[in-house]
Amino acid sequence: MTVKQISVFLENRKGQLNEITKILAQAGINLLALNIAETTEYGIVRIIVDDVAAATDALIGAGMVVKVSDVSRVTISNSVGGLNSALQKIADAGIDIEYMYSMVSGDSENADMVFKTADSTALEAALAN
Amino acid sequence: MAEKYFTPEIETMPRDEIKKLQSERLVKQIKNVYENVEPYRKKMDAAGVKPEDIHGIEDLHLLPFTTKDDLRDEYPYGMLARPLSDCVRIQSTSGTTGKRVVAFYTQNDIDMWDECCARAITAVGGTKDDVVQVCYGYGLFTGGPGLNGGSHKVGSLTLPMSSGNTDRQLQFMQDLKATILCCTPSYAEYLAESAINTGAIDNIHIKAGIFGAEAWTEEMRRDIENKFGRGMKAYDIYGLTEITGPGVAFECSDQGGMHVNEDYFIAEIIDPKTGEVLPYGSKGELVFTTIAKEAFPMIRYRTRDICVLSDSQCPCGRTHVRMSKPMGRTDDMLIIRGVNVFPSQIETVLLEQGYEANYQIIVDRVNNSDTIDVNVEMTPEKFTDNLGKVADMEKQLVSALKSMLGIFAKVHLVAPRTIARSEGKAVRIIDNRKL
Repeated sequence: MTVKQISVFLENRKGQLNEITKILAQAGINLLALNIAETTEYGIVRIIVDDVAAATDALIGAGMVVKVSDVSRVTISNSVGGLNSALQKIADAGIDIEYMYSMVSGDSENADMVFKTADSTALEAALAN
Repeated sequence: MAEKYFTPEIETMPRDEIKKLQSERLVKQIKNVYENVEPYRKKMDAAGVKPEDIHGIEDLHLLPFTTKDDLRDEYPYGMLARPLSDCVRIQSTSGTTGKRVVAFYTQNDIDMWDECCARAITAVGGTKDDVVQVCYGYGLFTGGPGLNGGSHKVGSLTLPMSSGNTDRQLQFMQDLKATILCCTPSYAEYLAESAINTGAIDNIHIKAGIFGAEAWTEEMRRDIENKFGRGMKAYDIYGLTEITGPGVAFECSDQGGMHVNEDYFIAEIIDPKTGEVLPYGSKGELVFTTIAKEAFPMIRYRTRDICVLSDSQCPCGRTHVRMSKPMGRTDDMLIIRGVNVFPSQIETVLLEQGYEANYQIIVDRVNNSDTIDVNVEMTPEKFTDNLGKVADMEKQLVSALKSMLGIFAKVHLVAPRTIARSEGKAVRIIDNRKL
Protein backbone atom coordinates (compact mmCIF):
# COMPACT_ATOMS: atom_id res chain seq x y z
CA MET A 1 0.00 0.00 0.00
CA THR A 2 1.33 3.40 -0.93
CA VAL A 3 1.37 5.86 1.95
CA LYS A 4 2.55 9.45 2.38
CA GLN A 5 5.78 10.05 4.21
CA ILE A 6 6.84 13.46 5.54
CA SER A 7 10.58 14.25 5.52
CA VAL A 8 11.94 17.11 7.58
CA PHE A 9 15.40 18.71 7.35
CA LEU A 10 17.06 19.10 10.73
CA GLU A 11 20.42 20.35 11.87
CA ASN A 12 22.26 17.80 13.97
CA ARG A 13 21.92 19.73 17.23
CA LYS A 14 20.54 19.09 20.68
CA GLY A 15 16.78 19.42 21.01
CA GLN A 16 16.06 19.52 17.28
CA LEU A 17 14.06 16.28 17.16
CA ASN A 18 12.12 17.38 20.20
CA GLU A 19 11.07 20.47 18.23
CA ILE A 20 9.30 18.25 15.72
CA THR A 21 7.61 15.99 18.24
CA LYS A 22 6.43 19.06 20.15
CA ILE A 23 4.86 20.59 17.03
CA LEU A 24 3.14 17.31 16.19
CA ALA A 25 1.90 16.75 19.74
CA GLN A 26 0.49 20.25 19.92
CA ALA A 27 -1.30 19.71 16.60
CA GLY A 28 -2.82 16.49 17.95
CA ILE A 29 -1.02 14.24 15.49
CA ASN A 30 -0.06 10.65 16.19
CA LEU A 31 3.24 9.25 14.91
CA LEU A 32 3.08 5.81 13.31
CA ALA A 33 6.72 5.57 12.28
CA LEU A 34 9.91 7.57 12.56
CA ASN A 35 13.28 7.13 10.95
CA ILE A 36 16.38 9.33 10.95
CA ALA A 37 19.20 9.47 8.41
CA GLU A 38 21.97 11.74 9.59
CA THR A 39 25.45 13.09 8.98
CA THR A 40 27.48 14.84 11.67
CA GLU A 41 25.97 18.17 10.58
CA TYR A 42 22.39 17.55 9.58
CA GLY A 43 19.76 14.88 9.32
CA ILE A 44 16.58 13.92 7.53
CA VAL A 45 13.73 12.87 9.77
CA ARG A 46 11.14 10.74 7.99
CA ILE A 47 7.78 10.22 9.60
CA ILE A 48 4.46 8.53 8.90
CA VAL A 49 1.51 10.13 10.68
CA ASP A 50 -2.22 9.68 10.98
CA ASP A 51 -3.03 13.07 9.42
CA VAL A 52 -0.56 14.08 6.70
CA ALA A 53 -2.21 17.39 5.76
CA ALA A 54 -2.48 18.63 9.34
CA ALA A 55 1.09 17.53 10.16
CA THR A 56 2.50 19.18 7.04
CA ASP A 57 0.68 22.42 7.78
CA ALA A 58 1.91 22.45 11.37
CA LEU A 59 5.54 21.76 10.41
CA ILE A 60 5.63 24.28 7.56
CA GLY A 61 3.88 26.77 9.80
CA ALA A 62 6.73 26.36 12.28
CA GLY A 63 9.26 27.17 9.55
CA MET A 64 10.47 23.64 8.82
CA VAL A 65 11.63 22.45 5.42
CA VAL A 66 9.30 19.60 4.57
CA LYS A 67 8.87 17.19 1.69
CA VAL A 68 6.00 14.77 1.24
CA SER A 69 6.72 11.66 -0.80
CA ASP A 70 5.18 8.27 -1.54
CA VAL A 71 6.53 5.17 0.17
CA SER A 72 5.28 1.60 0.31
CA ARG A 73 3.83 0.18 3.50
CA VAL A 74 4.16 -3.57 3.50
CA THR A 75 2.86 -6.03 6.04
CA ILE A 76 5.07 -9.03 6.69
CA SER A 77 4.82 -11.94 9.08
CA ASN A 78 6.11 -11.27 12.59
CA SER A 79 8.06 -14.53 12.71
CA VAL A 80 11.55 -15.87 12.16
CA GLY A 81 12.58 -15.24 8.54
CA GLY A 82 9.62 -12.94 7.86
CA LEU A 83 11.69 -9.97 6.76
CA ASN A 84 14.21 -12.21 5.03
CA SER A 85 11.53 -13.72 2.87
CA ALA A 86 10.24 -10.28 1.83
CA LEU A 87 13.74 -9.00 1.06
CA GLN A 88 14.50 -12.15 -0.95
CA LYS A 89 11.51 -11.46 -3.20
CA ILE A 90 12.57 -7.84 -3.65
CA ALA A 91 16.12 -8.89 -4.50
CA ASP A 92 14.90 -11.54 -6.94
CA ALA A 93 12.80 -8.91 -8.70
CA GLY A 94 15.91 -6.74 -9.07
CA ILE A 95 14.42 -3.85 -7.14
CA ASP A 96 16.71 -1.32 -5.48
CA ILE A 97 15.75 -0.23 -1.96
CA GLU A 98 16.71 3.39 -1.24
CA TYR A 99 15.90 3.01 2.45
CA MET A 100 13.53 1.17 4.74
CA TYR A 101 12.34 1.21 8.32
CA SER A 102 9.71 -0.41 10.49
CA MET A 103 6.48 1.01 11.78
CA VAL A 104 3.68 0.13 14.21
CA SER A 105 1.46 -2.71 13.28
CA GLY A 106 -2.15 -3.41 14.19
CA ASP A 107 -1.56 -6.87 15.57
CA SER A 108 1.24 -8.99 16.98
CA GLU A 109 1.02 -11.63 14.25
CA ASN A 110 2.38 -9.23 11.64
CA ALA A 111 4.89 -6.42 11.34
CA ASP A 112 4.75 -3.40 9.04
CA MET A 113 7.68 -2.16 7.05
CA VAL A 114 8.13 1.01 5.01
CA PHE A 115 10.12 0.78 1.78
CA LYS A 116 11.37 3.57 -0.46
CA THR A 117 12.00 2.35 -3.98
CA ALA A 118 11.92 3.93 -7.40
CA ASP A 119 8.82 1.94 -8.39
CA SER A 120 6.28 1.10 -5.70
CA THR A 121 4.04 -0.82 -8.12
CA ALA A 122 6.88 -3.18 -8.97
CA LEU A 123 7.65 -3.64 -5.29
CA GLU A 124 4.08 -4.54 -4.44
CA ALA A 125 3.89 -6.93 -7.39
CA ALA A 126 7.09 -8.65 -6.26
CA LEU A 127 5.80 -9.08 -2.72
CA ALA A 128 2.38 -10.33 -3.84
CA ASN A 129 3.96 -13.53 -5.19
CA MET B 1 73.97 47.85 10.97
CA ALA B 2 74.63 50.52 8.38
CA GLU B 3 71.51 51.06 6.33
CA LYS B 4 71.96 50.32 2.68
CA TYR B 5 69.96 51.52 -0.25
CA PHE B 6 69.58 49.94 -3.63
CA THR B 7 69.30 53.29 -5.44
CA PRO B 8 70.47 55.84 -2.86
CA GLU B 9 70.06 58.96 -5.02
CA ILE B 10 66.35 58.21 -5.43
CA GLU B 11 65.60 56.64 -2.06
CA THR B 12 67.13 59.49 -0.08
CA MET B 13 66.21 62.29 -2.50
CA PRO B 14 65.15 65.50 -0.70
CA ARG B 15 61.36 65.81 -0.55
CA ASP B 16 61.13 68.93 -2.71
CA GLU B 17 63.05 67.14 -5.44
CA ILE B 18 60.79 64.09 -5.17
CA LYS B 19 57.79 66.36 -5.61
CA LYS B 20 59.43 67.99 -8.62
CA LEU B 21 60.16 64.60 -10.18
CA GLN B 22 56.59 63.44 -9.48
CA SER B 23 55.16 66.59 -11.04
CA GLU B 24 57.19 66.20 -14.23
CA ARG B 25 56.24 62.55 -14.57
CA LEU B 26 52.58 63.18 -13.75
CA VAL B 27 52.20 65.85 -16.45
CA LYS B 28 53.70 63.48 -19.04
CA GLN B 29 51.62 60.53 -17.87
CA ILE B 30 48.35 62.48 -18.01
CA LYS B 31 49.12 63.66 -21.53
CA ASN B 32 49.94 60.05 -22.43
CA VAL B 33 46.75 58.52 -21.05
CA TYR B 34 44.56 61.28 -22.49
CA GLU B 35 45.97 60.60 -25.93
CA ASN B 36 46.19 56.81 -25.75
CA VAL B 37 43.57 55.43 -23.34
CA GLU B 38 40.01 56.13 -24.32
CA PRO B 39 38.37 55.46 -20.93
CA TYR B 40 40.69 58.02 -19.28
CA ARG B 41 40.00 60.56 -22.03
CA LYS B 42 36.24 60.09 -21.64
CA LYS B 43 36.40 60.42 -17.86
CA MET B 44 38.54 63.55 -18.05
CA ASP B 45 36.27 65.07 -20.70
CA ALA B 46 33.24 64.32 -18.53
CA ALA B 47 34.96 66.00 -15.59
CA GLY B 48 36.00 68.94 -17.76
CA VAL B 49 39.73 68.39 -17.19
CA LYS B 50 42.28 68.72 -19.99
CA PRO B 51 45.90 67.56 -19.86
CA GLU B 52 46.88 71.26 -19.99
CA ASP B 53 45.16 71.77 -16.62
CA ILE B 54 47.63 69.44 -14.93
CA HIS B 55 50.80 71.39 -14.12
CA GLY B 56 52.05 69.23 -11.28
CA ILE B 57 51.06 67.14 -8.28
CA GLU B 58 49.12 70.10 -6.86
CA ASP B 59 46.57 69.52 -9.66
CA LEU B 60 46.24 65.77 -9.09
CA HIS B 61 42.97 66.22 -7.16
CA LEU B 62 41.31 67.56 -10.33
CA LEU B 63 41.53 64.16 -12.00
CA PRO B 64 38.75 61.56 -11.79
CA PHE B 65 39.28 58.37 -9.79
CA THR B 66 39.72 54.94 -11.35
CA THR B 67 38.02 51.96 -9.70
CA LYS B 68 38.19 48.22 -9.97
CA ASP B 69 34.83 48.32 -11.77
CA ASP B 70 36.39 50.51 -14.46
CA LEU B 71 39.09 47.89 -15.01
CA ARG B 72 36.51 45.15 -15.17
CA ASP B 73 34.43 47.07 -17.68
CA GLU B 74 37.48 47.53 -19.90
CA TYR B 75 38.66 43.91 -19.62
CA PRO B 76 40.94 42.91 -21.18
CA TYR B 77 42.50 45.57 -23.41
CA GLY B 78 40.57 48.78 -22.70
CA MET B 79 43.05 50.37 -20.29
CA LEU B 80 46.15 49.64 -22.40
CA ALA B 81 48.30 52.67 -23.15
CA ARG B 82 50.68 50.81 -25.43
CA PRO B 83 50.21 48.49 -28.39
CA LEU B 84 50.11 44.84 -27.37
CA SER B 85 53.31 44.25 -29.31
CA ASP B 86 55.13 46.41 -26.75
CA CYS B 87 53.86 44.25 -23.86
CA VAL B 88 55.89 41.30 -22.61
CA ARG B 89 53.90 39.98 -19.64
CA ILE B 90 50.53 39.78 -18.00
CA GLN B 91 49.71 39.16 -14.35
CA SER B 92 46.27 38.82 -12.85
CA THR B 93 44.47 39.38 -9.59
CA SER B 94 43.50 36.34 -7.57
CA GLY B 95 39.79 37.06 -7.84
CA THR B 96 37.88 35.02 -10.40
CA THR B 97 34.93 35.47 -12.75
CA GLY B 98 33.56 38.95 -12.66
CA LYS B 99 36.31 40.35 -10.51
CA ARG B 100 39.41 39.41 -12.47
CA VAL B 101 41.77 42.16 -13.49
CA VAL B 102 44.48 41.49 -16.06
CA ALA B 103 47.48 43.84 -15.89
CA PHE B 104 49.97 44.30 -18.75
CA TYR B 105 53.69 45.06 -18.52
CA THR B 106 56.24 46.32 -20.99
CA GLN B 107 59.87 45.36 -20.40
CA ASN B 108 60.38 48.76 -18.76
CA ASP B 109 57.43 48.07 -16.47
CA ILE B 110 58.98 44.76 -15.43
CA ASP B 111 62.34 46.46 -14.84
CA MET B 112 60.63 49.09 -12.69
CA TRP B 113 58.81 46.42 -10.69
CA ASP B 114 62.07 44.49 -10.19
CA GLU B 115 63.68 47.74 -9.01
CA CYS B 116 60.90 48.19 -6.41
CA CYS B 117 61.43 44.69 -5.06
CA ALA B 118 65.23 45.07 -5.19
CA ARG B 119 64.87 48.14 -2.95
CA ALA B 120 62.70 46.10 -0.56
CA ILE B 121 65.25 43.26 -0.39
CA THR B 122 68.14 45.69 0.10
CA ALA B 123 66.19 47.48 2.85
CA VAL B 124 66.05 44.28 4.90
CA GLY B 125 69.81 43.82 4.50
CA GLY B 126 69.84 41.72 1.33
CA THR B 127 72.94 41.71 -0.90
CA LYS B 128 74.33 39.59 -3.70
CA ASP B 129 75.74 37.28 -1.04
CA ASP B 130 72.29 36.35 0.20
CA VAL B 131 70.16 33.36 -0.69
CA VAL B 132 66.56 34.46 -1.18
CA GLN B 133 63.88 31.79 -0.83
CA VAL B 134 60.70 32.90 -2.58
CA CYS B 135 57.69 30.85 -1.50
CA TYR B 136 55.00 33.13 -2.80
CA GLY B 137 53.04 31.51 -5.60
CA TYR B 138 54.51 31.86 -9.08
CA GLY B 139 52.22 32.32 -12.04
CA LEU B 140 49.47 34.87 -12.58
CA PHE B 141 49.78 35.91 -8.93
CA THR B 142 52.29 38.75 -8.61
CA GLY B 143 53.93 37.57 -5.36
CA GLY B 144 56.41 35.06 -6.78
CA PRO B 145 57.40 36.88 -9.99
CA GLY B 146 57.82 40.21 -8.15
CA LEU B 147 60.22 39.08 -5.43
CA ASN B 148 61.95 36.75 -7.89
CA GLY B 149 62.73 39.72 -10.15
CA GLY B 150 63.86 41.86 -7.23
CA SER B 151 66.18 39.16 -5.96
CA HIS B 152 67.75 38.76 -9.42
CA LYS B 153 68.24 42.50 -9.66
CA VAL B 154 70.04 42.59 -6.30
CA GLY B 155 72.14 39.67 -7.52
CA SER B 156 71.13 37.33 -4.71
CA LEU B 157 70.94 33.61 -5.30
CA THR B 158 67.23 33.07 -5.87
CA LEU B 159 65.35 29.93 -4.85
CA PRO B 160 62.10 30.03 -6.87
CA MET B 161 60.26 27.60 -4.59
CA SER B 162 56.71 28.85 -5.15
CA SER B 163 54.14 27.98 -2.50
CA GLY B 164 53.44 24.71 -0.68
CA ASN B 165 55.38 21.50 -0.01
CA THR B 166 56.63 22.48 3.44
CA ASP B 167 59.07 19.55 3.75
CA ARG B 168 60.85 20.58 0.57
CA GLN B 169 60.82 24.24 1.63
CA LEU B 170 62.57 23.36 4.89
CA GLN B 171 64.99 20.99 3.15
CA PHE B 172 66.12 23.70 0.71
CA MET B 173 66.15 26.30 3.47
CA GLN B 174 68.69 24.15 5.34
CA ASP B 175 70.71 22.64 2.49
CA LEU B 176 71.08 25.83 0.46
CA LYS B 177 71.41 28.06 3.52
CA ALA B 178 68.65 30.50 2.68
CA THR B 179 69.06 33.82 4.49
CA ILE B 180 66.01 35.77 3.31
CA LEU B 181 62.50 34.34 3.20
CA CYS B 182 59.66 35.79 1.09
CA CYS B 183 56.12 34.49 1.67
CA THR B 184 52.87 35.29 3.42
CA PRO B 185 53.23 35.94 7.17
CA SER B 186 50.97 33.03 8.04
CA TYR B 187 53.08 30.65 5.95
CA ALA B 188 56.25 32.04 7.57
CA GLU B 189 54.79 31.23 10.95
CA TYR B 190 53.84 27.76 9.78
CA LEU B 191 57.32 27.13 8.34
CA ALA B 192 58.93 28.26 11.61
CA GLU B 193 56.69 26.01 13.66
CA SER B 194 57.34 23.04 11.41
CA ALA B 195 61.07 23.72 11.63
CA ILE B 196 60.88 23.81 15.43
CA ASN B 197 58.86 20.59 15.57
CA THR B 198 61.24 18.67 13.31
CA GLY B 199 64.38 20.15 14.83
CA ALA B 200 65.30 21.69 11.45
CA ILE B 201 65.35 25.10 13.12
CA ASP B 202 68.92 24.46 14.35
CA ASN B 203 70.16 24.37 10.76
CA ILE B 204 68.18 27.37 9.54
CA HIS B 205 69.83 30.74 9.03
CA ILE B 206 67.03 33.03 7.92
CA LYS B 207 68.03 36.56 8.99
CA ALA B 208 65.15 38.47 7.44
CA GLY B 209 61.72 37.83 5.99
CA ILE B 210 59.61 39.90 3.59
CA PHE B 211 56.02 39.04 4.32
CA GLY B 212 52.95 40.39 2.56
CA ALA B 213 49.77 39.63 0.61
CA GLU B 214 47.69 39.37 3.77
CA ALA B 215 46.99 41.24 6.96
CA TRP B 216 49.17 40.60 10.00
CA THR B 217 49.81 42.18 13.35
CA GLU B 218 52.77 43.40 15.40
CA GLU B 219 52.14 40.44 17.67
CA MET B 220 52.53 38.06 14.74
CA ARG B 221 55.72 39.87 13.75
CA ARG B 222 57.28 39.32 17.19
CA ASP B 223 56.06 35.74 17.17
CA ILE B 224 57.69 34.97 13.79
CA GLU B 225 60.92 36.71 14.85
CA ASN B 226 61.06 34.73 18.09
CA LYS B 227 60.35 31.44 16.38
CA PHE B 228 63.12 31.84 13.81
CA GLY B 229 65.38 33.30 16.50
CA ARG B 230 69.05 34.37 16.00
CA GLY B 231 67.95 38.00 15.65
CA MET B 232 65.75 37.29 12.63
CA LYS B 233 63.65 40.30 11.55
CA ALA B 234 60.25 40.20 9.86
CA TYR B 235 59.32 42.99 7.43
CA ASP B 236 56.12 43.99 5.70
CA ILE B 237 55.66 44.65 2.00
CA TYR B 238 52.67 46.10 0.15
CA GLY B 239 51.46 45.95 -3.40
CA LEU B 240 48.59 45.18 -5.70
CA THR B 241 48.43 43.85 -9.22
CA GLU B 242 46.62 46.90 -10.56
CA ILE B 243 49.52 49.14 -9.53
CA THR B 244 52.31 46.65 -10.27
CA GLY B 245 52.48 43.93 -7.58
CA PRO B 246 54.51 43.63 -4.37
CA GLY B 247 57.01 46.41 -3.80
CA VAL B 248 54.70 49.39 -4.25
CA ALA B 249 55.77 50.07 -0.66
CA PHE B 250 58.18 48.24 1.64
CA GLU B 251 59.45 48.33 5.20
CA CYS B 252 62.96 49.40 6.20
CA SER B 253 65.02 48.49 9.29
CA ASP B 254 62.94 50.93 11.34
CA GLN B 255 59.89 48.62 10.94
CA GLY B 256 57.68 51.67 11.30
CA GLY B 257 55.61 51.75 8.14
CA MET B 258 56.29 51.05 4.47
CA HIS B 259 58.09 53.51 2.20
CA VAL B 260 56.11 54.12 -0.99
CA ASN B 261 58.33 54.11 -4.08
CA GLU B 262 57.38 57.69 -4.81
CA ASP B 263 59.40 58.10 -7.96
CA TYR B 264 56.97 55.62 -9.55
CA PHE B 265 53.77 55.99 -7.52
CA ILE B 266 51.97 58.99 -6.03
CA ALA B 267 50.07 58.01 -2.90
CA GLU B 268 47.07 59.97 -1.64
CA ILE B 269 44.67 59.43 1.24
CA ILE B 270 41.07 60.37 0.55
CA ASP B 271 37.80 60.40 2.40
CA PRO B 272 36.15 57.31 0.87
CA LYS B 273 32.72 58.93 1.03
CA THR B 274 33.40 62.38 -0.42
CA GLY B 275 36.57 61.68 -2.40
CA GLU B 276 38.21 64.69 -0.73
CA VAL B 277 41.99 64.51 -0.31
CA LEU B 278 43.02 64.30 3.36
CA PRO B 279 46.32 65.54 4.81
CA TYR B 280 49.12 63.19 5.87
CA GLY B 281 48.35 61.63 9.24
CA SER B 282 44.65 61.19 8.44
CA LYS B 283 43.08 57.78 8.16
CA GLY B 284 41.37 57.19 4.83
CA GLU B 285 41.37 55.29 1.57
CA LEU B 286 44.70 54.83 -0.17
CA VAL B 287 44.81 56.01 -3.79
CA PHE B 288 47.69 55.48 -6.21
CA THR B 289 48.72 57.13 -9.46
CA THR B 290 51.41 55.35 -11.44
CA ILE B 291 53.58 58.01 -13.03
CA ALA B 292 56.15 55.83 -14.76
CA LYS B 293 54.20 52.78 -15.87
CA GLU B 294 53.90 52.36 -19.64
CA ALA B 295 51.47 49.57 -20.52
CA PHE B 296 48.84 49.80 -17.80
CA PRO B 297 48.92 53.23 -16.15
CA MET B 298 46.57 53.81 -13.24
CA ILE B 299 45.34 57.31 -12.52
CA ARG B 300 44.05 57.86 -8.97
CA TYR B 301 43.28 54.18 -8.53
CA ARG B 302 41.19 53.52 -5.44
CA THR B 303 42.74 50.60 -3.57
CA ARG B 304 39.86 50.28 -1.04
CA ASP B 305 42.54 49.82 1.61
CA ILE B 306 42.23 52.07 4.66
CA CYS B 307 45.52 53.40 5.98
CA VAL B 308 47.53 56.44 7.08
CA LEU B 309 50.41 58.15 5.25
CA SER B 310 53.29 59.87 7.03
CA ASP B 311 56.05 62.11 5.69
CA SER B 312 57.85 62.32 9.03
CA GLN B 313 61.59 61.75 8.82
CA CYS B 314 62.55 58.08 8.95
CA PRO B 315 65.64 57.02 10.95
CA CYS B 316 66.69 54.86 7.97
CA GLY B 317 67.40 57.96 5.90
CA ARG B 318 64.85 57.22 3.19
CA THR B 319 62.79 60.27 2.33
CA HIS B 320 59.82 58.58 0.66
CA VAL B 321 56.50 58.75 2.54
CA ARG B 322 55.51 55.79 4.63
CA MET B 323 52.15 54.07 4.68
CA SER B 324 50.79 52.20 7.68
CA LYS B 325 49.65 48.61 7.43
CA PRO B 326 46.18 48.55 5.86
CA MET B 327 43.71 48.85 8.76
CA GLY B 328 40.66 47.65 6.88
CA ARG B 329 38.73 47.91 3.65
CA THR B 330 36.13 50.30 2.32
CA ASP B 331 34.38 47.38 0.65
CA ASP B 332 33.60 43.94 2.03
CA MET B 333 36.50 42.15 0.37
CA LEU B 334 38.07 39.39 2.47
CA ILE B 335 41.59 38.12 1.99
CA ILE B 336 41.62 34.37 2.61
CA ARG B 337 45.01 32.66 2.34
CA GLY B 338 46.15 35.53 0.16
CA VAL B 339 43.17 35.23 -2.18
CA ASN B 340 40.68 38.07 -2.57
CA VAL B 341 37.15 36.93 -1.83
CA PHE B 342 34.05 39.05 -2.29
CA PRO B 343 30.82 38.00 -0.55
CA SER B 344 29.02 38.89 -3.80
CA GLN B 345 30.85 36.00 -5.50
CA ILE B 346 29.45 33.60 -2.90
CA GLU B 347 26.00 35.08 -3.40
CA THR B 348 26.24 34.51 -7.16
CA VAL B 349 27.07 30.83 -6.65
CA LEU B 350 24.20 30.32 -4.22
CA LEU B 351 21.66 31.88 -6.57
CA GLU B 352 23.00 29.87 -9.52
CA GLN B 353 22.65 26.68 -7.49
CA GLY B 354 19.07 27.48 -6.48
CA TYR B 355 19.60 28.56 -2.89
CA GLU B 356 18.45 31.74 -1.27
CA ALA B 357 21.01 34.52 -1.10
CA ASN B 358 20.82 34.31 2.66
CA TYR B 359 24.13 33.06 3.95
CA GLN B 360 26.79 33.59 6.55
CA ILE B 361 30.54 33.54 6.04
CA ILE B 362 32.73 32.62 8.98
CA VAL B 363 36.43 33.29 8.60
CA ASP B 364 38.97 32.07 11.10
CA ARG B 365 42.63 31.24 11.36
CA VAL B 366 43.43 27.69 12.46
CA ASN B 367 47.06 26.54 12.73
CA ASN B 368 48.14 29.73 10.94
CA SER B 369 45.99 29.04 7.94
CA ASP B 370 42.79 30.89 7.10
CA THR B 371 39.59 28.90 7.01
CA ILE B 372 36.31 29.89 5.44
CA ASP B 373 32.98 28.33 6.29
CA VAL B 374 29.77 29.19 4.51
CA ASN B 375 26.43 28.54 6.19
CA VAL B 376 23.64 28.06 3.66
CA GLU B 377 19.97 27.58 4.38
CA MET B 378 18.22 24.47 3.04
CA THR B 379 15.24 25.37 0.87
CA PRO B 380 11.95 23.47 0.39
CA GLU B 381 12.66 23.29 -3.36
CA LYS B 382 16.08 21.67 -2.94
CA PHE B 383 15.21 19.37 -0.05
CA THR B 384 14.68 15.67 -0.67
CA ASP B 385 14.10 12.63 1.54
CA ASN B 386 17.33 11.05 0.26
CA LEU B 387 20.43 11.67 2.37
CA GLY B 388 22.80 10.83 -0.49
CA LYS B 389 21.20 13.47 -2.68
CA VAL B 390 21.47 16.08 0.06
CA ALA B 391 25.15 15.18 0.50
CA ASP B 392 25.61 15.53 -3.28
CA MET B 393 24.02 18.99 -3.19
CA GLU B 394 26.52 19.98 -0.54
CA LYS B 395 29.43 18.64 -2.62
CA GLN B 396 28.18 20.44 -5.71
CA LEU B 397 28.05 23.68 -3.76
CA VAL B 398 31.60 23.19 -2.48
CA SER B 399 32.87 22.58 -5.99
CA ALA B 400 30.99 25.58 -7.45
CA LEU B 401 32.44 27.79 -4.72
CA LYS B 402 35.92 26.40 -5.37
CA SER B 403 35.72 27.24 -9.05
CA MET B 404 34.37 30.73 -8.34
CA LEU B 405 36.69 31.67 -5.47
CA GLY B 406 39.75 29.60 -6.28
CA ILE B 407 39.91 28.31 -2.70
CA PHE B 408 38.18 25.61 -0.69
CA ALA B 409 35.27 26.76 1.45
CA LYS B 410 33.50 24.40 3.82
CA VAL B 411 29.74 24.42 3.32
CA HIS B 412 27.22 23.84 6.10
CA LEU B 413 23.59 23.29 5.20
CA VAL B 414 21.50 24.76 7.99
CA ALA B 415 17.81 24.84 8.77
CA PRO B 416 15.84 27.64 7.14
CA ARG B 417 15.41 30.94 8.96
CA THR B 418 18.35 30.22 11.23
CA ILE B 419 20.46 32.91 9.56
CA ALA B 420 19.31 36.38 10.51
CA ARG B 421 17.45 38.15 7.73
CA SER B 422 18.96 41.42 6.68
CA GLU B 423 17.59 44.39 8.54
CA GLY B 424 19.32 47.07 6.57
CA LYS B 425 22.75 45.48 6.80
CA ALA B 426 22.94 41.76 7.40
CA VAL B 427 25.73 40.32 9.47
CA ARG B 428 26.93 38.10 6.67
CA ILE B 429 30.57 38.02 7.60
CA ILE B 430 32.00 36.91 10.90
CA ASP B 431 35.76 37.31 10.86
CA ASN B 432 37.20 35.62 13.93
CA ARG B 433 40.82 36.15 12.89
CA LYS B 434 42.67 38.30 15.37
CA LEU B 435 44.31 40.76 13.02
